[in-house]
Amino acid sequence: MKKTETAVVLSNNKLSEGIYDIVLECPECAAMAKAGQFIEIYPDNGVNLLARPISICEVGEKTLRIVFQVVGKGTELFSGLMEGDSVRILGTCGNGYDLKSGSALLVGGGIGVPPLLETAKRLIAAGSDVTVVLGFRSGSFLSEEFKKAGAKVYIATDDGSVGFKGNVVDLIKSEDLTADTVYSCGPKIMLKFLALHCEERNMPLQVSMEERMACGIGACVGCVVKIKDETAADGWAHKKVCKDGPVFDSKEVCWE
Amino acid sequence: MINTKVNICGVELKNPVMTASGTFGSGREFSDFIDLNRLGAVVVKGVAAVPWKGNPAPRIAEVYGGMLNSVGLQNPGVDWFIENDIPFLRQFDTKIIVNVCGHSVEEYENVVKKLQGQDIDMLELNISCPNVSEGGMSFGTDPKMAENVVKAVKKLADKPLIVKLTPNVTDITEIAKAAVSGGADALSLINTLTGMKIDIYRRKPVLQRKVGGMSGPAVKPVAVRMVYQVAKAVDVPIIGMGGISNAEDALEFIMAGATGVSLGTANFVDPYATVKTVEGIEEYMRKYGVNDLSEIRGIIE
Repeated sequence: MKKTETAVVLSNNKLSEGIYDIVLECPECAAMAKAGQFIEIYPDNGVNLLARPISICEVGEKTLRIVFQVVGKGTELFSGLMEGDSVRILGTCGNGYDLKSGSALLVGGGIGVPPLLETAKRLIAAGSDVTVVLGFRSGSFLSEEFKKAGAKVYIATDDGSVGFKGNVVDLIKSEDLTADTVYSCGPKIMLKFLALHCEERNMPLQVSMEERMACGIGACVGCVVKIKDETAADGWAHKKVCKDGPVFDSKEVCWE
Repeated sequence: MINTKVNICGVELKNPVMTASGTFGSGREFSDFIDLNRLGAVVVKGVAAVPWKGNPAPRIAEVYGGMLNSVGLQNPGVDWFIENDIPFLRQFDTKIIVNVCGHSVEEYENVVKKLQGQDIDMLELNISCPNVSEGGMSFGTDPKMAENVVKAVKKLADKPLIVKLTPNVTDITEIAKAAVSGGADALSLINTLTGMKIDIYRRKPVLQRKVGGMSGPAVKPVAVRMVYQVAKAVDVPIIGMGGISNAEDALEFIMAGATGVSLGTANFVDPYATVKTVEGIEEYMRKYGVNDLSEIRGIIE
């Protein structure tokens, strides 16, 4: 059951260049939110009509925390929200991660890091041993919060400014990190190489995908990715990121 | 007492508000938000003879006051539709209009054959989708081809046949007349306007297919003008669409000559838009003493 809600901005902090951290009071969406889901936020400025899908970083009793990057006009508008402002949201959208028992390795790249925070907290609360690998171009954000939650944290940066110099997959190989289940969100290229590694090491991997979308509820059929499908003559089908995903079993994704 | 009922080819709708094909699925996704019983009709997403995969992503681009799509009529096929969506929609007191798509006359015929005897109310022939390379809009831009495909489908249709027109022509009344002479019982217009958006930082089109169909409030004046022109040119009922977001927009189309009105992109902007439009039309009628929509339909000379 999805709902629309008028969410009130409780705080807005700039975490790093172009990265904003907003806490929204939205009791109805907060009550149903799962790790790895997202909400749709409407710009409501009369010009930009479509809602922006933004991942859920943390779930409070009546609040949702979102951490997002300014990538266009909608997110630029949201970056200017101030305490007390309200925004129209729709949620909660998507399937979220299927949280398994046993040890967990969480791998995030850039703006794919935020949804892993709620995921880590829920896995730790359920008794899982959680290791987190975070990749950034330069610098880092949210890493201290993963530590506070009780996760073991590794950081990789392209420029070596923080932690390991290189990408997350190389870091995972060099530290020989393994787990019963791997959960990931990040750029497609990162997910693809992580999928190759996890397949070699026989680790189940759940990947959260991204695509341009209009409705967020499965009606417009805009946000599709190629997913293996044995019932189709050519072995694949277009599945919707917003409804069938955003989280898919990496073995089902047609990596190109 | 106001009467919002409208009659389209003998099918009585409780009100003129419908959903534009391809923006509402078969209504399932919107039943979390609205009561589907409130709608005059649900026009379902295009149904083909066999499952269609549609175009590669990105399929969506936002533009000023609207959007582009290049979905390409992805759908699970007519057999799946009959088995799953007709029973779902029949739970509600609303009319079912099935949008029919094909790459060839034969494919359109195959869908309509399979829909014979099914529990639906009307058919809408899609000869106007800009996002498929064969069929679709190519049938809707040539009067002779339009007339032929309508004629072929009309022979097999056991329900009233609406023909959906493309605005991507020099003179829409020419195609409208051709569709009517082929046997169209009603016309719906407009489908999307072809458009393009370029990402100047990546130096590439936003849509994978480069060109897509534009919809949303920005296209509304074009749609109102075309509905007005077609209403003056033919004698069949018209279902108007193109940027309708609310009751004021819907009433413009009715005054231009439309019997029914469809909301499309507005469903993505506000999932309650259809029901709000129904309520807004009722409010207008009460406030301005309109007892029946026929009093204002096509009043623009």
